[in-house]
Amino acid sequence: PSGKMRPLTEMRPLTEEETRVMFEKIAKYIGENLQLLVDRPDGAYCFRLHNDRVYYVSEKILKLAANISGDKLVSLGTCFGKFTKTHKFRLHITALDYLAPYAKYKVWIKPGAEQSFLYGNHVLKSGLGRITENTCQYQGVVVYSMADVPLGFGVAAKSTQDCRKVDPMAIVVFHQADIGEYVRHEETLT
Amino acid sequence: MSLGGAMEGQSVEELLAKAERDEAEKLQRITVHKELELEFDLGNLLASDRNPPTGLRRAGATPEAELQALARDNTQLLINQLWQLPTERVEEALVARLPEPTTRLPREKPVPRPRPLTRWQQFARLKGIRPKKKTNLVWDEVSGQWRRRWGYQRARDDTKEWLIEVPGGADPLEDQFAKRIQAKKERVAKNELNRLRNLARAHKMQVPSSAGMHPTGHQSKEELGRAMQVAKVSTASVGRFQERLPKEKNPRGSGKKRKFQPLFGDFAAEKKSQLELLRVMNSKKPQLDVTRATNKQMREEDQEEAAKRRKMSQKSKRKGGRQGPGGKRKGAPPSQGGKRNRALGGRMNSGPPPLGSKRKGGQHQGGKRRR
Repeated sequence: PSGKMRPLTEMRPLTEEETRVMFEKIAKYIGENLQLLVDRPDGAYCFRLHNDRVYYVSEKILKLAANISGDKLVSLGTCFGKFTKTHKFRLHITALDYLAPYAKYKVWIKPGAEQSFLYGNHVLKSGLGRITENTCQYQGVVVYSMADVPLGFGVAAKSTQDCRKVDPMAIVVFHQADIGEYVRHEETLT
Repeated sequence: MSLGGAMEGQSVEELLAKAERDEAEKLQRITVHKELELEFDLGNLLASDRNPPTGLRRAGATPEAELQALARDNTQLLINQLWQLPTERVEEALVARLPEPTTRLPREKPVPRPRPLTRWQQFARLKGIRPKKKTNLVWDEVSGQWRRRWGYQRARDDTKEWLIEVPGGADPLEDQFAKRIQAKKERVAKNELNRLRNLARAHKMQVPSSAGMHPTGHQSKEELGRAMQVAKVSTASVGRFQERLPKEKNPRGSGKKRKFQPLFGDFAAEKKSQLELLRVMNSKKPQLDVTRATNKQMREEDQEEAAKRRKMSQKSKRKGGRQGPGGKRKGAPPSQGGKRNRALGGRMNSGPPPLGSKRKGGQHQGGKRRR
């Protein structure tokens, strides 16, 4: 490592603290399956921070991306999310491909409520199709359509038991990200 | 007899012919025919082959065999040349003495940029002063021998004099020898400082100087502040145990500069540290048996509902608080866990001690049990 200060647009690995914050967030959705993301049998993948965004990238692509100057590099690999100015980690919808297969708690929504969710609204009890047993309140969940297509992810507003008792207009899943954001937030996603 | 003789003769002939063939083959191997002679630079062990590579072109997709043959031929020629060099014996090994290399290799590093002139050089250039050629040795009368003009055991070293007259206006109790030694030290220090300054100018760096540190009467607040900071840090513990005035604030920009890991660090080490972090994270989470916890939670809720119903139906008689589930607490201990346990703890502490009869286990089993 050279003695000169690194400019802010340069790519770098995450520090211990940042890794911990990020893992805690991701573990809310996929739990201990996170180690399958870290330690993969089919290649070395790693997390790199570039312009406050965390990218999950294979070693091969990383070596290629290192040849591009920092201010010209827009994105590499998959963007998992970004660190806010107060160093909190926010998961983006682009991480869904890696969350969906390893999700521990899932929520299926009826076809009628799909559109509402894809527009960014929360899921009401009336739109809830199925929910994994033993979901705790405020647990991270991945939202699927009835055809098992991952639509996004969110946070369970009520536990499974409470879901049965609550009235149909109550919110059961808080919206965090949905695949409609690919169209709505096209400019900000990388 | 003759038959045996003939056979022997044949075998001898065969042997001779075979030996001759081997010799020819060896010669063939050693001698290589090339249309154009190779150019040799034996100083660099270099052989340049200018023959057109028709054999390679003919080979097409897999030229390995042709390449190998070409390499062998050229190496053979080079070694033939090496064998013609003058040899000598060095510690039981026969060594060929290589001539000077004739090929000029390109520069390894870029051309050094010109250095800025030192202060003296600028002044000399301005004034047009040329360096006068001086002799290195001077005749020293005192010691009666030729001594250096400057350096070790020089001709006129004023610090080495054994007798110094006290000058007219000086204090008679002053140590003249010490004065001369002190003056020498100051000159050396000044020279060193100038050398460092020249060096800093050449490398465009800043030399740490005590420019604003000496107290004049007319220093600004910033200069005084800077001088104070420097003085504070100039201790053996680099300022760690210096007291501050009651309302003094921390200086700006005195933190450590952040250092990040390199981009292509050791991937295996990174993976290992991340897995370790995950392991620690997982071990810290309480090992909740989820089904038991949820069943217990449901039992609570059912009991609550039942109690409410009973309260409604029997408005007059108020049963004492139900026996708290504290006695049968299994699974997560009260201090850990989420909202569920906190809620339970609250309920347990709020009610008066149970007066009513114990609840039977049968009542619990009556409630809905979900998987």
